[in-house]
Amino acid sequence: MVRQVFAYIVHKEGAADDTALEMVAAAKRIDPDASITAIVFGTGDDLNAACNEIVSSYQEVWKIDNEALSCPDAEATRTLLVRILPGKAIVIIPHDTFGMDLAPGLSIKLDAAYLPDAVDIEGVDENRLKAVRQEYSGQISTHVVCDISGGAVITARPGSFKAEETKGTGGQIVDKTAEALKGEFPETGRRFIEVVEAEVGDVDITRSDILVSVGRGIEDEDNMEIVHDLARAMGGDVACSRPVVDAKWLEKSRQVGTSGKTVKPKVYMALGISGSFQHQGGIKGAPFMIAINKNPNAPIFQAADVGVVADILDFVPELTDKINGSR
Amino acid sequence: MEILVCIKRVPDTSENEIIVNRNGTNIELEDLVYSVNEWDNYAVEEAIQIRDRVGGSVTVVTVGDEEAEEVVRREMAMGADKGILLSDEVFNGSDGKGVAGIIKAEVEKGKYDLILTGALADDGAGQVGGMLAAMLDWPYASLVICLEEIDDKKIKIGREIEGGNLEMLEINLPCVLSIQTGINEPRYVGIRGIRKTASVEIPVHGAEELGLSSESVGESGSNLKRLDYFVPDPGEGAEILEGSADEIVEKLVELLKVRGGIK
Ligand SMILES: Cc1cc2nc3c(=O)[nH]c(=O)nc-3n(C[C@H](O)[C@H](O)[C@H](O)COP(=O)(O)OP(=O)(O)OC[C@H]3O[C@@H](n4cnc5c(N)ncnc54)[C@H](O)[C@@H]3O)c2cc1C
Ligand SMILES: Nc1ncnc2c1ncn2[C@@H]1O[C@H](COP(=O)(O)O)[C@@H](O)[C@H]1O
Repeated sequence: MVRQVFAYIVHKEGAADDTALEMVAAAKRIDPDASITAIVFGTGDDLNAACNEIVSSYQEVWKIDNEALSCPDAEATRTLLVRILPGKAIVIIPHDTFGMDLAPGLSIKLDAAYLPDAVDIEGVDENRLKAVRQEYSGQISTHVVCDISGGAVITARPGSFKAEETKGTGGQIVDKTAEALKGEFPETGRRFIEVVEAEVGDVDITRSDILVSVGRGIEDEDNMEIVHDLARAMGGDVACSRPVVDAKWLEKSRQVGTSGKTVKPKVYMALGISGSFQHQGGIKGAPFMIAINKNPNAPIFQAADVGVVADILDFVPELTDKINGSR
Repeated sequence: MEILVCIKRVPDTSENEIIVNRNGTNIELEDLVYSVNEWDNYAVEEAIQIRDRVGGSVTVVTVGDEEAEEVVRREMAMGADKGILLSDEVFNGSDGKGVAGIIKAEVEKGKYDLILTGALADDGAGQVGGMLAAMLDWPYASLVICLEEIDDKKIKIGREIEGGNLEMLEINLPCVLSIQTGINEPRYVGIRGIRKTASVEIPVHGAEELGLSSESVGESGSNLKRLDYFVPDPGEGAEILEGSADEIVEKLVELLKVRGGIK
């Protein structure tokens, strides 16, 4: 029997997200011969464009077209998915802010297992799906087994499954709107108002060539001075991880990561940053990365080019002095 | 507003280096320092602020062993009015669905207008809030970073989405929200404050009080099981600079000059 796997497609302004093809790769990790169906919610031209873009990579593309789906609505999407999915379905969803909103509740409504934030899938033995997850913001990995006999909802970490270049045999687009809506759009108790864009700050770190980025390891607001001093010496700008913004030591516009800015500098210096995937998700263009961290096992060392195991409170002032003295 | 906040006791990653034990069956538990999950402090602070604005009460609840009582006391020292510990041998090894089911049973014994959870905990799942909402058939929103009361039937919230943009929503009460860090500045709790709650009686509810069968919770009720713990192969990890501090600084400055890291 050919296993059927469903993939939820994220798209924006008529273009499929990078994850659209990553979901194919993830589905093939479950079963290389799986029949893979994409499910695309949206409306009008944008929806059609997204469906056309991916149709050659999927056996089938199910589209659900409704005006109310022009902005993402996880609550309504969940109800619609429950209506159209067959029993014991296996569904893969990108682990982004929409997936986090949709997936846990979907697993309950489908009475299926939930495998959150998978970074790798090693295949299925009988009904036991073996996968890799991370805990403690990436410090430790675990192999997990998930009982998929009653179906499964899986969220796959964006960027973890490499999309294949070669296109598949190509499939067809099936309009599932009528079946999903059954004449009415679901009432959810949650109403979309608007999207408010993030504020722009004094410095645009997305344009900086040299970023000196600081994390929770700086420990105290009073220590921030040493980071500004180093950035000045290097001729770069100061950026940071999320906890520094949460503590209000820097403006939100300086935050690098999935819920902050996407930067593409030539040099990225990570000071006291552990290297969570949400942080690294905001660093693009493969900069020369230097990590300074007192924990030799910090995940940031796996991403960096050069590492120094040291206390930044001691090391950074020494580095600044050296740079200033070497001119 | 009657508010329930779900909290979890977790190893404090700023106090511990988390390492895998010798045979890979768990993390090294010896000498671990525990604290309240970071996200849950923001959830409790938000609940306290709502209560102080519109009245009502804040209850904190956790599923855990007897040692989890300490985080309940800590959050009561922050200002929560009540605390409940959900604890039973048969709860051990519950997955996210198990934990959500246990909390659901407690929710049904009370009357709440709003339930807050953290967006994420130590195992990086971010699942309990969304599962609980679906089990209760209440509306849900995750990653909430701003919140404003409208009336006793609905509230206005902002979800933080990619790029730090806000998805503004109106949501009916009762509902479940998962709270993202940065929504507020959790107040500091000193040793004195914690001492004041040291003798408060914390009710403990087990499977029987909650009307839960032992098959629905613990290992037997869980779909997801861990096989082992490991640290991934560093692959082509960083070149770690070695030597005296002076030597390292010197090497680094050279590298920075070559790579255009000094303007
Ligand atoms: C939906 C969502 C979106 C998110 N978006 C983002 C985002 O956009 N950007 C982001 O950064 N995070 C984001 N996060 C948070 C993310 O999960 C991590 O919590 C965060 O990145 C951790 O920041 P950190 O590395 O500074 O802190 P920690 O993980 O606490 O790491 C601190 C590091 O400093 C080291 N250290 C401590 N003291 C010293 C010292 N004296 N000298 C040297 N090293 C020291 C420690 O060894 C540790 O490795 C998001 C989370 C969620 C759930
Ligand atoms: N054992 C638990 N007891 C109470 N609440 C929990 C427990 N585990 C998780 N939660 C809640 O669910 C949130 C998200 O955790 P998780 O779904 O485990 O990532 C936490 O921030 C808590 O609010």
